Amino acid sequence: MWRVLPSAVSTCYTGKSSHMSIIFQIIAFDELRTDFKNPIDQSNPTRARERILNIERICNLLRRLVVPEYSIHGLFCLMFMCAGEWVTLGLNIPLLFYHLWRFFHRPADGSEVMYDPVSVMNADILNYCQKESWCKLGFYLLSFFYYLYSMVYALVSF
Amino acid sequence: MSTAGFNSQNGTGTGQTYANGPSQNPVALQQLPGVSYGMTHQPSYNPMPAKAPPPTGPGLYPSAPYQPVPPVSSYQPGPQITSYPSSPGQPLLPRPPLSGPPSHTPPQSASPSPGPRMPPAQATPPPPAVSSSSYYPSPQQPMAPAWQYNTAPPPMGPPTSISTPPRGPVANHVNPAASLAEPLPPSLAPYSTAPPPRVSQSVTQPPGPGMPPTSMLGYTQPGTAPPPMNPMVPNTYQPGRPAYGPPPTGPSPIGPPPIMKPTPPPTGTPVANTTPPPPKGDAGLAQPGPPGRHLGHYPSLPPGYQNASAPHGTSSMHPAMQAAMQPYTQAPQPYQQPPGGPGPAQLSPSLAAMSLQSSTPEALRVVNLLQERNLLPPTPVPAPTPCLPQDLQKINCNPEVFRCTLTSIPQTQSLLNKAKMPLGLLLHPFKDLSQLPVVTSSTIVRCRSCRTYINPFVSFLDQRRWKCNLCYRVNDVPEEFMYNPVSRSYGEPHKRPEVQNATIEFIAPSEYMLRPPQPAVYLFVLDVSHNAVETGYLNVFCQSLLDNINALPGDSRTKVGFITFDSTIHFYNLQEGLSQPQMLIVSDIEDIFLPTPDSLLVNLNECKELVQDLLKSLPTLFGKTMETQSALGSALQAAFKLLSPTGGRMSVFQTQLPNLGVGALQSREDPNQRASAKDIQHLSPATDFYKKLALDCSGQQVAVDLFLLSAQYCDLASLGCISRYSAGSVYYYPSYHHQHSPAQVERFQKDLKRYLTRKIGFEAVMRIRCTKGLSIHTFHGNFFVRSTDLLSLPNVNPDAGFAVQMSIEDNLDDMQVVSFQAALLYTSSKGERRIRVHTLCLPVVSSLSDIFSGADVQAMTGLLACMAVDRSVTASLSDARDAMTNAAIDSLTSYRQSVLTIQQPGLLAPACLRLFPLYILALLKQKAFRTGTSTRLDDRVFAMCQLKYQPLFYAMLMIHPALYRVDDLTDEGALNINERTIPQPRVLQLSVEKLSREGAFLMDTGTVMYLWIGRNCHPNFLTQVLGVPNYAAVPENLYLLPELDTAESQRTRAFVGWLRDQRPFYPSLHVIRDESQLKANFMQNMIEDRTASALSYYEFLLHLQQQISK
Repeated sequence: MWRVLPSAVSTCYTGKSSHMSIIFQIIAFDELRTDFKNPIDQSNPTRARERILNIERICNLLRRLVVPEYSIHGLFCLMFMCAGEWVTLGLNIPLLFYHLWRFFHRPADGSEVMYDPVSVMNADILNYCQKESWCKLGFYLLSFFYYLYSMVYALVSF
Repeated sequence: MSTAGFNSQNGTGTGQTYANGPSQNPVALQQLPGVSYGMTHQPSYNPMPAKAPPPTGPGLYPSAPYQPVPPVSSYQPGPQITSYPSSPGQPLLPRPPLSGPPSHTPPQSASPSPGPRMPPAQATPPPPAVSSSSYYPSPQQPMAPAWQYNTAPPPMGPPTSISTPPRGPVANHVNPAASLAEPLPPSLAPYSTAPPPRVSQSVTQPPGPGMPPTSMLGYTQPGTAPPPMNPMVPNTYQPGRPAYGPPPTGPSPIGPPPIMKPTPPPTGTPVANTTPPPPKGDAGLAQPGPPGRHLGHYPSLPPGYQNASAPHGTSSMHPAMQAAMQPYTQAPQPYQQPPGGPGPAQLSPSLAAMSLQSSTPEALRVVNLLQERNLLPPTPVPAPTPCLPQDLQKINCNPEVFRCTLTSIPQTQSLLNKAKMPLGLLLHPFKDLSQLPVVTSSTIVRCRSCRTYINPFVSFLDQRRWKCNLCYRVNDVPEEFMYNPVSRSYGEPHKRPEVQNATIEFIAPSEYMLRPPQPAVYLFVLDVSHNAVETGYLNVFCQSLLDNINALPGDSRTKVGFITFDSTIHFYNLQEGLSQPQMLIVSDIEDIFLPTPDSLLVNLNECKELVQDLLKSLPTLFGKTMETQSALGSALQAAFKLLSPTGGRMSVFQTQLPNLGVGALQSREDPNQRASAKDIQHLSPATDFYKKLALDCSGQQVAVDLFLLSAQYCDLASLGCISRYSAGSVYYYPSYHHQHSPAQVERFQKDLKRYLTRKIGFEAVMRIRCTKGLSIHTFHGNFFVRSTDLLSLPNVNPDAGFAVQMSIEDNLDDMQVVSFQAALLYTSSKGERRIRVHTLCLPVVSSLSDIFSGADVQAMTGLLACMAVDRSVTASLSDARDAMTNAAIDSLTSYRQSVLTIQQPGLLAPACLRLFPLYILALLKQKAFRTGTSTRLDDRVFAMCQLKYQPLFYAMLMIHPALYRVDDLTDEGALNINERTIPQPRVLQLSVEKLSREGAFLMDTGTVMYLWIGRNCHPNFLTQVLGVPNYAAVPENLYLLPELDTAESQRTRAFVGWLRDQRPFYPSLHVIRDESQLKANFMQNMIEDRTASALSYYEFLLHLQQQISK
């Protein structure tokens, strides 16, 4: 039974929360990218405040999701390790290290984890973030089915 | 129309336009515990009758300094010199151009087009990555995906004839001043040999009578303004000259690449063999003495150099003079190649290296850096000219305004990756231009899909349709556009000024403003703590502002305000009707509010006397303060609240580390680590308070300019954020003191004068567009990136530069040229909404050798410096240093492997990149990036700020200072500007071997100039220029050249003054001797020499060679 647990929990997790958070990220980056469509409107000074607030709001939301996502993923890695699911753990280890690297290479000025509003609009950073979200979405989706499969397998063999 | 809660009226001139903004604090209407009014004498003060003159009498200032004194000397009712400086007739600061040759260089080739596409000349695989750290795309830094734009542009259609008849008058017109320059039909003769332009441009730019007058092109030329009657004289083609010769513009690394030459010139005589080998060495004026006269203890030449440094024949004419007089035909001294004969076009560059009889373009001439020593041209390095058809190049954007690192754009990203050179643009969009065409128009013609402004590089399909050169959409020409106000003719849309000028300014119609244009609003936030009073800067500031108060750019709505702060915040009520300024102190710095929101920012014209009273008394007011703390964060918050209803400019003067309230900072610098060769810490901000505040400011169109005058560590890395993200500027005066550092005081004065009187644009945005297929991915400078191609600039000033990095997303296969357009929309200080548009057009090439021949080494250096600053903040300084070195290694490796066909020993570089290793070494030894030499953290961070923020020309002086010998200035080859004779000594290499004890040398590092006097300097120079009898009598702290009435003194002063006039800030001059403390600073700039912690130039080259041949 204890072998089923991590798979079951992580199935739920990857099925719901991480997908939601990643999908939200993708939507958020899309919103960041699309500015007001009317260019005259866009260069209007009264729009500036609105737009900046918008960017700051999105960045704040994104940042708030970072720690939960990373910590839950780390938690499941821990559970896989305890359960001796070495294959699954091996699949997750690269992402874990990536998360750790990402987390500790954040800007140095205190509160910010990442998604700095002053730099996120640079196209290379935005593209990078967007690509990262799509890749993670794919990874979580695949691992969702894998966990589902392992759970069913464990249940059947149990 | 008022939006977003701004109750504003436009143009009333009452000064009360913004009556009650949304964020003013209603608390101020009550009795406030934290407020005490009138220098704490009066316990209660009712701020309610703010509009009415408050009772004067007790409780105001100590009366003596505040009697309303009539303005005396400082009030200058004379004509304002800042009437709008951008209009063509009224140059505000007519300056000589920044580089020697005039900017509108004709292309070298009259060939109609880049010719048939050739496959890349080399099939060499991309060179292996030499190192792990580089700026080029790597898995960690993925490039932008290529799926964004995937439609290939439609093929260019053939032009149809122009046959539409005129249709009567229209409402469109051009500013009268601009239309004064009537185009006169230029002579056809100079073009008679030019082949017809290429098809896609033939309607747009017919050669012949349709040429724009040169006076519309907008850039002055030194002394010799081109006569509008005969605009083509400087560009005349010489019939006897081979059309495909090497670049004629002096020693610049330019020229058409060999395989772009489809036809041999018709009349060229092969002169390749006739020219002697390029003269090298110091053949110019600044010939140092024989070797025996050099200072003995300096390192001698490395063996590899000695054979190359023998001076050759001296030119009879000074190079600068030649450049000025015959810029397109002169023979540059050290790099001259004979004008190429009609040799085989595909001659390989390495063959060229082997035989001097080749016709390789100058830019691709192979230089063995280890053998050729004197690589520096005698005059400032000019920008390379893109290899464009003549008619396009003639109207292309001035390289001082708009410059690309690669003047030939590679076709694909893989080609760019193979070339290993950074691709980016460097802009100086709001540069003071002496001539700028201004167009008033009811409709501004723009592309309907990408919103590009119509520009000289669009193509007219017929008279009623034009095709956008950025997205290739076909647009209609509006009816108004058919009328040409310059020639007053109808039916010639391609002759309108918009289509004839790459730099143009539009006065925007009303749809570009949804709120009324903001007035000019200036708020000064002054540190008055004990430390600040000690430095004595308040006197200088107040006096400068008094002197220039009438020259502040603005109109009748201009507003000013003042805030001072130490541990409390002091506001100044300058309400009209008061007899004296009234000081309001808020001591509650945790929860800052505005005591009387209405009367703190006042109309300058109505309250000028009160403002002047305040400025006169301010320096004495805090003379005895003992307050040492500084609540900068709260003061900034208060200033933000004050400015947020209108937007405007906030000038902050700070003299110490803020240590109270919000935004307080700790000292992070460890003095023992200053000289550390290890990584430098604390280059990133310590708190995000300033960044967040800057974002708020940016949202409310407030820019913050920071003046830092401090002897101690001030944490510029944190404080600078406030300016960086609000598009302000940073000025730093280390160890400022009114008595101890007179040179700093003078610089501060001059900088302030420029700062207060320079042009300013409010609530600006800048958008940079480029042809479909290219994409911009990173911006450098001071701004907030609001959208992927839109920069938010609350203020824009003429001294701000920007850089962007680009990548190629789609192949540019079927394009011959690509265009870039920077559009800056701003509100002028007169309340007009204006759009300044710059368009740059560059050719697309498909071979690596063409890419190399179009490399602009200065622009590359500037862009690499920006990238290195980012890298050292996000990663580490050593990482950034490695990346810079690798940039040089990678590009030279790529050149060696992909372009050179015959391998030779040595460190080979194309002539256009010959200065690249030198500039990279200079960057490594620059204050921002050096290690091992004691550098204060603030100095380092400030240098980084400047590298990112300064326009390229000034940044290059910071990176690679210019060294001149000035004790033997002569009038030979001198420039003549405004009846002043300005001698032009040659630029020397930055090596001690160039110094001699017999001479005097001027080093120009941009913000500081050093005049080094040799120990055995000629007594004539000492007496005639410095006014001292002998060397020992040269004072220790001499920072002014005495105004002696001798020819030598006049020459020297003219030269120094000319150098100073070229830049907007004021470089201070230090006269130094061997014993001076500043000698170390002087010697640190000798970047070609070895220091204890850094390689010499020769060693650096050897290092590069070792890496390349690995």
